[in-house]
Amino acid sequence: MAAESVNNSVGAETKTAPPILTVSVSPHIHSGKTTAGIMWTVILSLAPALAANIYFFGSHAAAVLLTSVLSCVMIEAACQKLLKRPVRVSDGSAVVTGILLAMVVPPGVPLYIMPLAAVMSIFVVKELVGGLGFNVFNPALVGRAFLVACFPVAMTTAYIDPMSWLEAGAGAADALSAATPLTLLKHGGMEAVFQHYPSGAQFYFDLVLGLRPGSLGETPALLLALGGIFLLLRGIITWHIPVAMMATVALFTWMFGGDTGLFSGNPLFHLLNGGIMLGAFYMATDYVTSPTTGKGKLAFGIGVGLLTTIIRLKGGYPEGVAYAILLMNPLTPCFERWFAPKRFAGPPKAKA
Amino acid sequence: MPVFQLIIRGLLAENPVFRLALSMCPAVAVTTNIKNGFLLGCAVVFVQVMSNITASVLRKFIHPRVRVVIYTIIIATWVSTIDMIMSAYLPDLYDQVSLYIKLIVVFAIIISRMELFASKNPVTPSLFDGLGMGLGFMFGLMMIGAVRELLGSGQLLGFDILGVKPLLIMILPAGGFFVIGFLMSVFNIILKKLGMGAPPAGGHH
Repeated sequence: MAAESVNNSVGAETKTAPPILTVSVSPHIHSGKTTAGIMWTVILSLAPALAANIYFFGSHAAAVLLTSVLSCVMIEAACQKLLKRPVRVSDGSAVVTGILLAMVVPPGVPLYIMPLAAVMSIFVVKELVGGLGFNVFNPALVGRAFLVACFPVAMTTAYIDPMSWLEAGAGAADALSAATPLTLLKHGGMEAVFQHYPSGAQFYFDLVLGLRPGSLGETPALLLALGGIFLLLRGIITWHIPVAMMATVALFTWMFGGDTGLFSGNPLFHLLNGGIMLGAFYMATDYVTSPTTGKGKLAFGIGVGLLTTIIRLKGGYPEGVAYAILLMNPLTPCFERWFAPKRFAGPPKAKA
Repeated sequence: MPVFQLIIRGLLAENPVFRLALSMCPAVAVTTNIKNGFLLGCAVVFVQVMSNITASVLRKFIHPRVRVVIYTIIIATWVSTIDMIMSAYLPDLYDQVSLYIKLIVVFAIIISRMELFASKNPVTPSLFDGLGMGLGFMFGLMMIGAVRELLGSGQLLGFDILGVKPLLIMILPAGGFFVIGFLMSVFNIILKKLGMGAPPAGGHH
C-alpha cells in the first residue's frame, strides 16, 4: 500500500497534491532479510563442517547427506502440492532440514531410512500442522527421534572410525562400527574413554578437529563453532541461546559429572562431544521453535543445557541434546508469555 | 429410525473412535495387534448393549440428579460380569487385556450413549444403538490394530506377513497416536465423499 501510493503521488505530482499521511499495516521497517537469504547463509556456514566430515567418513556419509536433502526437498514439494499450498521449496528450509537431519544420524546408516525420517520431519511435523512457521518441534530432531525409535540398532552402532575408508577401501565402510566417546563414557566412565583414545592434549586436539567416531553434526567441533560464530556475526542468530546452553552444560557437568565428588567433572569433554555445538548454534536457535525475546532465549538455553546434562549423566542414552531441545520446544509459547517485553504504556486504568 | 440404520450409524457416521473421538485411551493402549482390539471390542459390545438396555428399562425410575452414579453402577455391574466370564472361560486371552476390561467402567463412550440415547429412548432402539456403537468401537480398534501390527511387527493376526519389522515405532504408544490421527483423517475424507457431515458431540440423541 505504501509503495503504491508513493508511486502514484510521484507520477501524478502535477495533477493532485501528494498525500500527507500514508496509511499501511505494520511492519514498516524491514531489515531486507528474507527466509531464503537466511537459509542459504545457514547452508553456507555448515559447508566447511560438512566438507570436513565427508573427508573423514568417506563416500557413504556423502550419500547419506545427499539422500536426506533430496528426499526432504521432494517430500516438501509433494506435500505442498498435495495440501494445495504454494510450492516454496526454493526458500531453502527443506534443504536445511535435510542437511541437519543427515547431521544427527550416524554416518554409516542404511540409505533407505533417510526418506522415512524425511516423511516424518517434513510431512508430519511441518506441513501437516501448517507449514514453515507453524511447527511446534524442530523437524530434523523429530526425524532423529523417530529413527531412534524405529531403527535402534542402526542408530546406535553405525558409527564409523574417521579415515577408515582410506585404509579399508571405500566399500568396506559398512562392516566397521565404532563407539563414540560419549557411548564409552556411558558404559565405562572416563577410563573406558582413555583406553580407546590417547590422553592429554592429543585427545582434545582430535575432539576439536573431529577425528573420532560420531554423527556428522558431532565431530568437527571447531568448524561447527566457527560456522555458528559466522551466523552470529551476520545477525542470523543471537548469542543468548548458545551461550546460555553451553554455560549451563559446562557448569553442571563440572559440578556433577565427576566420580570423586562435586566439581570433579570434565566440562571440556562434555562441550566438545556430542551435539552441543550443532545443537547450540543450529538446532536450539531455530526461529520457529525457540523464543524471540532475549530473556526468553536465555531461559530456553538454560533449560536445554540442564536437560542435556541430566540425560547425559543420569539418563539411559549417552547423548541428550536432541531430546533436551525437543522437550523445550513446546515450552516456547510459555517463555514468550513469561518474558514478554513491557509495553510502553499499559492499558488505561479505570479511574475511581 | 430403523434398527439397521442405528447399527450403520455407530459403525460409520458416528464411529466412537474416528468420529466421536471417545475412549481414545484404550484405542492407543491395547491396539498393538488385531487380536487385542477384537477381544476388548467384544467386551465393549457386551457392556454397551447391556448397559443401554438397563438404562432404557429404568429410564422412568432414575432421578436425573443421581443418574451419573446410577449409570456408573450399572456399567460396573456389567463390566464385572464380562470380566468374570472371560477370566473363567478364556483365561489365556483374558490375561492379555484384563487390565483394560476392568477399565471399561470409565470408557467415555458407554456412559455417553446411556446419557444421550438410552435414557430417552425405548428398549429396542437403545439395544441396537448400543450394538452399533460397540461394533463401531470394535471396528475402530481392529483397524488401528491391523495397521500397527503390520507396520510395527510385520504380522497380521499373529502370522508373519512381511518377514521384517518396518517401523518399530508403531508398536510404541507414539505410533498409536500417529495411526489414530491418520485413520481419522482417512475416515473423514471417505465420509465427506459419502456426504456425511460431522456428528454432534457425543453422537446423535
